[in-house]
Amino acid sequence: MPFVYNMPFFSILICMIGGVVTPFFRNRRIVQIVNTFILVAVFTMSLVLLITLLTAGESFTYMMGHFPAPWGNELRAGPLEALLALVFSIVMFLSLVGGMRGINIDIRATRVSLYYTMMNFLLSSMLALIYTNDIFTAYVFIEINTICACAIVMAKDIGMTVVATIRYLLMSLLGSGFFLFGVSMLYAITGHLLMSNIQSAVIELIYTGQYTVPLVTSLGLMVLGLSIKSALYPFHSWLPSAHGSSTTASSAILSGLVLKGYIILLVKIFYRVFTPDILASLHVTDVIFVLGVLGMVMGSVKALKETHVKRMIAYSSVAQIGYIYMGIGLGTQVGIMAACFHILVHAFTKPMLFLAANGLIDASGHQYEMKALRGSARKDILSGIGFTVGSLSMIGIPLFAGFAPKVFLGIGSIESDFHMIVTFLALALSSLLNALYYIPAVIAFWSKPKQQALEIAVKTAKSRRSVCLLCSIGVLIISNIALGIVYSPIMQTITTGLNLLG
Amino acid sequence: MNNTNQNNTQKSGVHPKKPWDIFADWVNGEEPEDKMEKSEQYAVPQETHELHENISAQTVLHSESEHESHEKGHFLLKEYLTKFYKMYFGLSLIVGCVVVGILIYAVCTLPGYGLAENPTNNEVAQKYLEEGLEDTGAVNSVAGMILDYRAFDTFGESTVLFVAVAAVIMLMKRSMNKKNEARERLVAHEITIDKKDPNLVLKYSAVVLVPLTILFGIYVVLNGHISPGGGFSGGAIIGAGLMLYALAFGHDKISKVIHYRSFTMITGCALLTYAGCKAYSFYTGANHIGGGIPKGVPGAILSGGFILPLNICVGIIVALTMYGFYSLFSKGDL
Repeated sequence: MPFVYNMPFFSILICMIGGVVTPFFRNRRIVQIVNTFILVAVFTMSLVLLITLLTAGESFTYMMGHFPAPWGNELRAGPLEALLALVFSIVMFLSLVGGMRGINIDIRATRVSLYYTMMNFLLSSMLALIYTNDIFTAYVFIEINTICACAIVMAKDIGMTVVATIRYLLMSLLGSGFFLFGVSMLYAITGHLLMSNIQSAVIELIYTGQYTVPLVTSLGLMVLGLSIKSALYPFHSWLPSAHGSSTTASSAILSGLVLKGYIILLVKIFYRVFTPDILASLHVTDVIFVLGVLGMVMGSVKALKETHVKRMIAYSSVAQIGYIYMGIGLGTQVGIMAACFHILVHAFTKPMLFLAANGLIDASGHQYEMKALRGSARKDILSGIGFTVGSLSMIGIPLFAGFAPKVFLGIGSIESDFHMIVTFLALALSSLLNALYYIPAVIAFWSKPKQQALEIAVKTAKSRRSVCLLCSIGVLIISNIALGIVYSPIMQTITTGLNLLG
Repeated sequence: MNNTNQNNTQKSGVHPKKPWDIFADWVNGEEPEDKMEKSEQYAVPQETHELHENISAQTVLHSESEHESHEKGHFLLKEYLTKFYKMYFGLSLIVGCVVVGILIYAVCTLPGYGLAENPTNNEVAQKYLEEGLEDTGAVNSVAGMILDYRAFDTFGESTVLFVAVAAVIMLMKRSMNKKNEARERLVAHEITIDKKDPNLVLKYSAVVLVPLTILFGIYVVLNGHISPGGGFSGGAIIGAGLMLYALAFGHDKISKVIHYRSFTMITGCALLTYAGCKAYSFYTGANHIGGGIPKGVPGAILSGGFILPLNICVGIIVALTMYGFYSLFSKGDL
């Protein structure tokens, strides 16, 4: 077996060891260096793995221990998984670097090492969700993910985050509970926890018509659990307060990555546990499609009403999650490709919006209301550009990252008339709504500030800009535009990955 | 339409605005005035930035108007909530009943308990039971399953405990939080009560029970691979013993041994040992480079390869986690 095949295991292991070691140190610097080292290591390993798998055009399973698959645990990696691990490590690094100033201000010095512990474990759990081939292992790492995600919201010590954390914890645990119910029911009727073995058992069950009720119920419970945790529309109520009130790095990572980990798991379950035909015959994809469309529209409508800038961006996440679910709900290969691509696009765009919003908030003297942010982009130009690029990308203007997934969503819907009409209408309406709340915000940020706001701005010191923030916003802008222009190689990688996944 | 609009605005003495102007203002990013009221409906008071150094100047500017809007906000919230809860109660009842009904129906259609033809009774369970002793060297096949066949899941579960304690430390540990005088006084008061109150029954029974409990816990951990038990159950017993000790003799003595530094060190080292052992066996197993551990004679204490050290690690983590939760929630400190 080539040595490269160890990379998924090593990257999960190094994150977990890093997480265990981090609370030993009290010094902020050392903790940050350890974290950076882990992220760089994961980045390098994922890159090597991605290149190897792409050139060979193959995927592999990795035996965890001395016992082969149905008895022991197993990891599985293909080009799609490697690409996602790569993107997750980059985005986490950029968010943490860009939000470093916020971390230093918002989080008590005594808590910083525990905060980075949570970050390391969060990355390990997301990597495990990406790479695992066993649904019970997935559940274990969902637990770690839940606790860490709540802890990074809570780390900022104000009343609002505690309330938001309690809401998030309750909803998230409800989701974990439903997922566990689903897994145990599926185990009872198939006798396996390994994804590929469950698939053959499920196909046989469908063929013989046995245990249809528990099969449908377990599928429904797993979808319900994961959609609660990834904030699909009717279950999104915890998201705006959790993402809107926490410190910038946490908001960026929660919005950009944590939600996606669960969606990736759902895609894996759809592809590797159930087959697309079974899903279509059980009408699961139809339900997801309808909820996705509802989320696209309602998330934007809610965002339209917001005046708190971070909550507005958080509601926009609900709409973007709706896009991803709509792509999955189309039930076609192109639809799921578009969904996967949108996961990457959103992972690059939303952290940029949060970081840029943080820069603008700092520039206008720590004000969160839209009114007070008027003219702030003139003081912090790069953050202003970042917010503008992010907005245009979210609206779906060509040459920005958000355009390509929309095109592919449209292409993916052509196979069925009903899907096509609904998708096109929903895309048009949602883009319009996105434009309606992003464009006024952008115009307001670039226009001249009023007299009062100017006075406040004069009082706040000019040294607010941090180099880290500027660097990470710069990198994110470049990668966003790059994703918008050269999307075909990434689409090809996703296609290869999805073909190998099935 | 236009007339009524103008009338209204003229009455209140504001410069009249046409719908088009309002729209244009909105596109230009001007906030309409009436939007302010809606934004006050959130349940939580607005964020305070006491950590921020330069914030004081502008809070003075805004403090008065903010205070007013806060009161108004709470009033609006109350009305909104009473309406919401009336509907919420009925809706939650219906949704809850439907979900419970679906789950009960689905569970009724599951295969019966312990039947021979069940899908769970397949080659996986068969190998665990028949070849488990040979493969893992553990007489207790549950220990063989969770610590050898599926050791990665158990590593995840131990990490869950570690992460949970870390999160609770972050939230509850007093030295990591804002100084709260009322809380400090309460804790001081409790400590004096602990010292004054003889609690003779508790103390004398603890003198007998604590060593026995902890010893029994250690026995369960060490015999995890031979008899029913193992790290999780034995750790829970040891944790109960530590809690009883802390209840009877106060936190003072125990916190000299188990404080934040030693707590993270011990649990961290236990997890690291676990990770090290399993990383070795995962790596050698996956790459097929041998690396088997001598399994020993089944039934002896020193047998079962890595299972004994792993059980000890898990036992330490579980025991300290239980004590840590107790200590953090009762005293707010470790």
